[in-house]
Amino acid sequence: MAEVLNDIIKPENQIYGKSEVLTDNVLHYCPGCSHGVVHKLIAEVIEEMGIQEQTIGVAPVGCSVLAYNYLEIDWQEAAHGRAPALATAIKRLRPDRFVFSYQGDGDLAAIGTAETIHACNRGENIVMVFINNGIYGMTGGQMAPTTLEGMKAATCPYGRDVSRDGHPIKITELLAQLPGTGYVTRQAVHTPAAVRKTKKALRKAFENQKLNKGTQLIEVVSTCSSGWKLTPVQANKWMEENMFAFYPLGDLKDE
Amino acid sequence: MAKAKGAIVVDTVKCKGCSLCVEACPTKVIELAADVNGKGFHYAYMANPEACIGCSSCGLVCPDSCITVYRAKVQESV
Repeated sequence: MAEVLNDIIKPENQIYGKSEVLTDNVLHYCPGCSHGVVHKLIAEVIEEMGIQEQTIGVAPVGCSVLAYNYLEIDWQEAAHGRAPALATAIKRLRPDRFVFSYQGDGDLAAIGTAETIHACNRGENIVMVFINNGIYGMTGGQMAPTTLEGMKAATCPYGRDVSRDGHPIKITELLAQLPGTGYVTRQAVHTPAAVRKTKKALRKAFENQKLNKGTQLIEVVSTCSSGWKLTPVQANKWMEENMFAFYPLGDLKDE
Repeated sequence: MAKAKGAIVVDTVKCKGCSLCVEACPTKVIELAADVNGKGFHYAYMANPEACIGCSSCGLVCPDSCITVYRAKVQESV
């Protein structure tokens, strides 16, 4: 068998590997974190479009605050929630560049709601990647605006009570109503098929940016195995059973 | 008869043993090693290399991009 393996493992037979746009740094994320998959997909899309030199990313605050360590492109680090505002400035000053913001739910749907809504309403020509895991992962799993009803978190150990904490917010549906947004979709990265779909969505968003089609929003429903206190595989199952019921996958708007 | 055969190479230093590839593999090729890497994670390895078809499902779901997938047509010895 070893000889057969040696025959197969040759550079010319390679069909899948690490993207050239990704750096060699080891990701600091927990095992099984969806951030890693989305980073990889963005890197692959940038590589396939050949826009590594023309892309500027805006890193958020949250677990992905160190995203600039992992993709070999130009980056800016925004204050908490202000990534769309910073991306607006970059895109207006350098309209020839591909600009994307990469944000979590605490960043995009909580502290940065105003920036997010107004950037989308103005129809800024940027791509916004929104990682929604329903929790504040970096600070220790506190309740976020996107936490599901009844879902346990560090600050709601008996589950989210809507009479006290309000209802979870579907920010993507809200943003889809604004005339400034072009392509709004919700995807996930829990299975190989879902990963392929998400990559297609990201590719489309970057292509649309070239065509000046307004704000492109890609929500990725994600897991936080550490915050949810589950193994990565259990977290994916939990997400399929609970998150997808409230955050159904699919395109919300395509103009 | 020529048959498509696959093989994977796992970057055992970077692997965090999340076992998402084990779940994603349609032919149950991958398992987590009893051994651990430098960070104490049980890394993934090809436990059943004959079954690999080189579909790259494991590579797609790997968050740490540590799986490289190879595929080639191999002559079956009957």
